[in-house]
Amino acid sequence: MLYAILCYHNEDVVMSWSKEEDDAVLAKRRRVQKELVDTGRMGPAIRLMPTSAATTIRSSGNEQLVLDGPFAETKEQLLGFYVVDCDNLDEVVDFAKRMKEGENVTFEIRPIQIIEKGNLSGKETAAS
Amino acid sequence: MTELAWIENALTGARPQAMGALLRYFRDLDRAEEAFQEACLRALKNWPVKGPPRDPTAWLIFVGRNAALDNVRRDSRNTALPAEESISDLEDVETDMAERLDDAHYRDDILRLMFVCCHPDLPATQQVALALRIVSGLSVREIASAFLVGEKAMEQRITRAKRRVAEADVPFAAPDAVERSKRLGAVAAMVYLVFNEGYSATSGAEVVRASLCDEAIRLVRLLLRLFPSEPEIMGLLALMLLQHARSPARTDADGNAVLLEEQDRALWNRTGIDEGLALVEKALRHGQPGPYQVQAAIAALHARARTSEETDWEEIDLLYQMLESQTPSPVITLNRSVAVSKIRGPEAALQLIAPLAECLSGYFYFHGVRGAYLSQIGRAEEAREAFGRAIALARTPAEAAHIRQHLDKLSANAKAV
Repeated sequence: MLYAILCYHNEDVVMSWSKEEDDAVLAKRRRVQKELVDTGRMGPAIRLMPTSAATTIRSSGNEQLVLDGPFAETKEQLLGFYVVDCDNLDEVVDFAKRMKEGENVTFEIRPIQIIEKGNLSGKETAAS
Repeated sequence: MTELAWIENALTGARPQAMGALLRYFRDLDRAEEAFQEACLRALKNWPVKGPPRDPTAWLIFVGRNAALDNVRRDSRNTALPAEESISDLEDVETDMAERLDDAHYRDDILRLMFVCCHPDLPATQQVALALRIVSGLSVREIASAFLVGEKAMEQRITRAKRRVAEADVPFAAPDAVERSKRLGAVAAMVYLVFNEGYSATSGAEVVRASLCDEAIRLVRLLLRLFPSEPEIMGLLALMLLQHARSPARTDADGNAVLLEEQDRALWNRTGIDEGLALVEKALRHGQPGPYQVQAAIAALHARARTSEETDWEEIDLLYQMLESQTPSPVITLNRSVAVSKIRGPEAALQLIAPLAECLSGYFYFHGVRGAYLSQIGRAEEAREAFGRAIALARTPAEAAHIRQHLDKLSANAKAV
């Protein structure tokens, strides 16, 4: 079963991290991801750029409004997500818990279906 | 991350909004600062025990205001402070506060807090110092080392600036749309000064200075959150991100400045560039290109070029022309001359800058750039003279060292002939 692990956190707090703190968090999570990577079950990890870079398109009557900012103004923002292939919810919960260790982040686990595989080549990946 | 680090991040993050609200209550910078500091002390004591409050900013404002009022009461009547519990149990009050904070009030609070630092009577460096102290909460020692002056001198500077601000009588009523946009413009310019203070660092306290760039970026992010549809604020953030992204390539291992053309572009910070490019695009969709957006668009063209040869100089020339018509300045023309030299050659560039000779006669970069054009077309003697003037005007050893490289090249060429 495929799952998305959606990461919610206060954007201001995350942005106040130094590069070293950010790297440390990613490195810690990567150590946990390794087991899924080794068994070929780790999908892409996506980081969303800050909400100030977001644009929202909404309908208003027959009009399409293009607005600056994210869809919802909330105290915690969707900052990124992982895609993983796990056997069941127990496994993904355990995996997410271990990835989250020591962090204030909130993880939401959502089973997903890929309805189009897409055709990105993978060259688009940011160097980390 | 340790709990203490989390609390410190939260306090820093809450500072502008909390200080802005406290300034509105007390209408006095010193009293607002004392109140905020008191609230921070109590947070450090309370939060590890009781856990962080749901809305740290509201908590700090409420506690800060009460603590300051208590101090006033104590001073006047000499009565005992209320028990800690009575101010720590904030559940109801907090909800109420949080609701009130959500309205447009707090946008004007933060804007006002930043605006008091932009008083036109204050010279640029004092505006920056005051903003770093009041808005960012840097210590006097940190600010002093960023400006390479003694702690005492900086303390005096900030005190003087505060006195000026206090005398200035900033209006505390909510500003109307025109006043708000005027304030936003002044504040944006001040934040860009903070950035440039960090960006122009070429020697000495480099690390401290670089953190000024980060701080400026944090402040403009805050502004953009308050004014999410202002294309100029998007442009300013994009400009800073794109320029700052080049920082790792701007100096070599010996600390010498490396020109844009010669920088190792692999060292540029990709994350900053991607976000900057995204913001430029987003801003330009508004169809109101102001000076920050145009400068960001120029920076974006540099960022997009994988090698300096790939740079779209034609487009950069056009953007500089646009900038010249928006904010005419000899320095912009001087910058445009670089694009012109790439498109039409150094002769054309020299012609373009010839009329600037008088007004830029005391400007380091004018003589440096002019010397470079002259040497490119073999007018070695004039080039040497121009570089000589540049060295005399250099403000840092790195600037002087850079010009000396040019002179060495000239001498080497002369010997080779």
